[in-house]
Amino acid sequence: MPDTDRPLALILRTAGTNCDGEMCRAFELAGARAERIHIDRLIADPSRLRDADLIGFPGGFSYGDDIASGRVLAVKVRERLLGELLAAVERGVPIIGVCNGFQALVQIGLLPGRGIEGSRQRGSKGGEGAGAQASMPGSLDASMPLKQSVALADNVTARFIDHWLPVEFPESRCVWTQELWSDEAHAADVLRLPIAHGEGRFVAADETVLRAIENGGQVALRYGENVNGSENAIAGICDATGLVFGLMPHPERYAEWTQHPYWTRLDRGLFNTPTPGLKMFLNAVEHVKAGAPVNA
Amino acid sequence: MSGATAEVSGAGARAKAARMHRFEVRTKSGRTDPRAAALRREAAAIGIPLEDVRVARLYLVHGALDSKQVNRIAMELLANPVLEDVEQGASSSPSGAVCVEIHPLPGVMDPPARTVEAAIGALIDAHDVEASTGWRYELTGATREQAEGLAKRLLANPVIQAIHFEPFFPGAFPHGEKRPFQLSHVTIRDLSDDELQTLSRDGHLFLSLDEMRAIQTYYRDANREPTDIELETLAQTWSEHCVHKTLKSDVLYRGPKDDIIDWSNRPGHVVQPDGSVKIDNLLKSTVAAATHELIADGLDWTLSVFVDNAGIIAFDDDHAVCVKVETHNHPSAIEPYGGAATGVGGCIRDIMGTGLAAKPIANTDVFCVAYPDGWGDTAQGGAKQLPAGCLHPKRILKQVVAGVRDYGNRMGVPTVSGSVYFDDRYVGNPLVYCGCVGVMPRDKIDGHAKPGDLIVALGGRTGRDGIHGATFSSAELTDTHADEFSHAVQIGNAIEEKKVLDAILRARDHESGTLFRAITDCGAGGFSSAVGEMGEKVGAEVHLERAPLKYDGLTYSEIWISEAQERMVLSVAPDRLEALQEICDEESVELAVLGTFGTPKSELILNFHGNEVGRIGMEFLHDGLPKLTREATWSQSPERQRGVTETSSNAHNVDLNSDVRSTLLNLLSHPNIASKRWIVRQYDHEVQGGAVIKPLVGPNGDGPGDATVIQPVAGSTQGLAISQGLAVPAGDPAAGGDPYLMALEAVDECVRNLVCVGADPSRIAILDNFCWPSCAKPENLASLVRAAEGCYDAAKAYRTPFVSGKDSLNNQFTTEDGRTIEIPPTLLITGIGIVPDVSECVTMDLKGGGPKGSSLFLIGPAPRKALDVAEGVRTANAIHELIRAGLILSAHDVSEGGVAVAAAEMALASGMEGVTLVTDWLAQASETKDTAAALFGEGGSRYLVEVSAKHFDRSTFEGAFRDQMEKSGAKFAGVGFVEPGQKGFSIVPTAGAAKSIAQFDVDELKNAFLGTLDW
Repeated sequence: MPDTDRPLALILRTAGTNCDGEMCRAFELAGARAERIHIDRLIADPSRLRDADLIGFPGGFSYGDDIASGRVLAVKVRERLLGELLAAVERGVPIIGVCNGFQALVQIGLLPGRGIEGSRQRGSKGGEGAGAQASMPGSLDASMPLKQSVALADNVTARFIDHWLPVEFPESRCVWTQELWSDEAHAADVLRLPIAHGEGRFVAADETVLRAIENGGQVALRYGENVNGSENAIAGICDATGLVFGLMPHPERYAEWTQHPYWTRLDRGLFNTPTPGLKMFLNAVEHVKAGAPVNA
Repeated sequence: MSGATAEVSGAGARAKAARMHRFEVRTKSGRTDPRAAALRREAAAIGIPLEDVRVARLYLVHGALDSKQVNRIAMELLANPVLEDVEQGASSSPSGAVCVEIHPLPGVMDPPARTVEAAIGALIDAHDVEASTGWRYELTGATREQAEGLAKRLLANPVIQAIHFEPFFPGAFPHGEKRPFQLSHVTIRDLSDDELQTLSRDGHLFLSLDEMRAIQTYYRDANREPTDIELETLAQTWSEHCVHKTLKSDVLYRGPKDDIIDWSNRPGHVVQPDGSVKIDNLLKSTVAAATHELIADGLDWTLSVFVDNAGIIAFDDDHAVCVKVETHNHPSAIEPYGGAATGVGGCIRDIMGTGLAAKPIANTDVFCVAYPDGWGDTAQGGAKQLPAGCLHPKRILKQVVAGVRDYGNRMGVPTVSGSVYFDDRYVGNPLVYCGCVGVMPRDKIDGHAKPGDLIVALGGRTGRDGIHGATFSSAELTDTHADEFSHAVQIGNAIEEKKVLDAILRARDHESGTLFRAITDCGAGGFSSAVGEMGEKVGAEVHLERAPLKYDGLTYSEIWISEAQERMVLSVAPDRLEALQEICDEESVELAVLGTFGTPKSELILNFHGNEVGRIGMEFLHDGLPKLTREATWSQSPERQRGVTETSSNAHNVDLNSDVRSTLLNLLSHPNIASKRWIVRQYDHEVQGGAVIKPLVGPNGDGPGDATVIQPVAGSTQGLAISQGLAVPAGDPAAGGDPYLMALEAVDECVRNLVCVGADPSRIAILDNFCWPSCAKPENLASLVRAAEGCYDAAKAYRTPFVSGKDSLNNQFTTEDGRTIEIPPTLLITGIGIVPDVSECVTMDLKGGGPKGSSLFLIGPAPRKALDVAEGVRTANAIHELIRAGLILSAHDVSEGGVAVAAAEMALASGMEGVTLVTDWLAQASETKDTAAALFGEGGSRYLVEVSAKHFDRSTFEGAFRDQMEKSGAKFAGVGFVEPGQKGFSIVPTAGAAKSIAQFDVDELKNAFLGTLDW
């Protein structure tokens, strides 16, 4: 099974997932084999996650986003797949959640992940908790429960927005977002990503959580134009290992230059280098190849 | 009321008796609630300033649950712990606040509730729970009366929702009761003509007297009375909606002798000695004839025209693309959100049901609505009065946009192209066009049911929703329709359809070969039309009790004609059923075998629990409709009265005699021209990753692209351009227009839009959508005839075959006081065109041309009263050659508002400074001495293009651009330029003139264009 030349990316889909095709394509353009698998098949046999070298949670409207976006998917994963998923992180498998996938990952608690929790206990009404515990990142203490500490709330405009925005990639521990673009002269045009969501306003449970994410190098992506009202203009975060990455924008919709919103204005000379969107997938695939993860 | 004390938070649920639990989920105090803020803004906009708004999502869950389970549902499923608090039971409103709760009426679809039920199953393994969902609004600063007004205008539609002013906390959900079986016959054989008409009307059959008589004769011959289900089946199958009987009827056309239409030598047309014209099957002799003549003349890339759910053309050697556009006008008039959403859903299903299933890859939407402003109470001073029974046009537009958005986005089909057209005559009868484009392997374009195949239904369950939709859509709207036809309203569930799509595509591409032999969607008429159509040649026997139902109590007729959404019917060989069932199980799609195709006498046989309830010969069902000759009378003068400059003033009510400056700004901000960005940005137009030229262009997406280009096949360099043409003013008889010219102009505009981005004009396929007022009126039928003749002439000239189409007649609204408001005849042309290489695509935003600047050329003929199609074809070809040779930087269609508006749009799209238009040059090119006519006049077949100094040198007048244009034979003239280093947008009388006619900041243009519809 291990095929170190072409690592296996498992793309998890369910009713209402609709960006799985383009995510597969991005992984394939980046040199991986991509395979889509229905979440119910995985629940029936969670060990199939052990074959994965990379895991993708694509965008869409899982279960119609009924109740709230990504909620039901998160419940299913939390109840049935969490153990195998945590084992995959432990094994060094890069995981990406885009848009609806990101919304699910934060509700599962995989992002920002262990070590960061809000002062409010789940369900306590406006309570004063014991204060946040922001232990040093990097630890995956299995004894600590995973809890949701950030959320993606309704856009401040109360409306779905499809728009390409300028983005910034702060220094972070995220393996997906390293060295995305070096040509400063064209950075303003090139460093853009499309968003397409109604619930993408990044909100932390409290200041402590926000500070911990910021100080821990877990903010991997910020909006240059904060149209949804996110705290600190946060568009994407990673966990303490840098492997698990979630973002509202869609890098898989920017795997080729002709997907750029005004490529007809761009210098065609740029088109020989990978787009920043594709580079994210290349980074993850390269990471896997370099680390030669051991499949169980 | 049902009492806030009925349940206290989490208390004493030790005994697990099934009972109702109520949950209120609201944003934590201190957290932003954009939904509440938006409601405050909207309330203020309609004159109800609110001090505070709190919004809560409500869940009613009925089941035998213990307190631990109830708590887990509350904390882990229904509320977001970071953002929300959840309360159990019914809370009291904050003091001084009016509480408004919105809950679905019994029997109305509530998709989130079904999700809640399934998720509870996944969370706590409880499976006998029932749920419903609602909203609660606590409004501070409003009186009860204001709150009620607000609820009706902004929060609820009483057709599908109940408004409560107390917490709604029932003890149980209402359930339908099983009805005892009773076979009903309808007496028809002995009815008089009057009685036949009464039966048709009261039974909502909407059949004409001749049709009722044909049915009467059939049953007299059969020596029995029809059963109710037989009569319903005939009414559905013979409805205007399903069979297009007006367009397929024979027509006797009378009009003035002197006509711009040459009536001789048209297929199926005979000019009678008295000058009248006999037309045999209008559709066949015009729209379809053009296609068949083009095919006979060697056009070889259409694959399936007019016979399937969508028209199919070749894309490349392995793939085909198909396209369909539907209207959902009458449902959208009553319930705009659901009407538009199910319009999208239905059109997507058409694509899924084309051939052996296509994959939907793009949606289109065009709305025609009344102007949003100026409606009010006439008592309060002269504003227009909204007729009783009409929803406010602004609400209609917002809601149809939301409907298209929510269905398209959830399906993962990008909504890539569309437009909005405003005219107050759409006030009671808005038009909602929904289109869909699909891609499929070329060897999957055809399917047929074989005798012995199973009739398999996939997808959503059948309920009482949407009953009589087909006949309803064929009728005329009146002020009481909202009450009478609320059952025709359909509620969509996009995720159900997405699951069906996933399953069908897997079944189509199954490793052992496609698992079904034919497929179609359940649209208007439900199972009745789907099974009736698929079994037309071979017959079908159906057992109606096998259809999965949403609730008990449906009669066999209701099951048969229900238009419940998200259902497909497949013809499946018995030995493939198991493999199909396996896929459906994996995708959580319900499958039911309803019966078998093929009966000894090709009959439609309907059974219910072992009793035969209906039996009709397929031949009578499909061919028994009496064919009529209808009268059409055209009385407009043959010469179109409108001059060139009048065109834009008529279309936009903008005074062209005022100065150039304010005219341009007024035109840019006119609702029919202004940016529709507010809408486009709400649609996910990029899902599937295929949109290479997006609907909004330029660095900030400020520019209105002419057409969208998608890549149907990932990895292929070939693209597909999608756009429309709509030219209502040109065809408006009330304004001296001629629908014949409207058709020419709409086809020309559609071609222009497609060619502008890089589509090959010799590879464009088009569709017609006629939305007309009642054609029982000879004048209206005449305008329909003229439009159809225009379609024929344009399609032949441009060699753009019609591949499919649809019509919606009877678009008019009768007010309380008996006044009929007819919509203007509205022909939408939708086009798809092959782009040979997407890397050659061109957008309309000015590029500037670098340090040497660029030139602006107007390409095409001077405006004429009647469009010259030969000139149009030559010009389109010339533009395509320029694009293929890489000789232009930007291209834009010149349409509403003329050259000045086109140039301003090109400038504001990129924020380009230093753009100058020279009116002398423009006047010469437009063959007029009138500056306003030159700047703002509208005429067909014109394009504005930008050429770099490399390809046209302004000092020597030389360059590859000029050489290419001279070779093409199309007219072209320099009308302006872009000079680097200069500021703003200028209109000058002559090049180098000291004084400009008008001068603009680019931001000023941008604000005018973007501001109007920035809702």
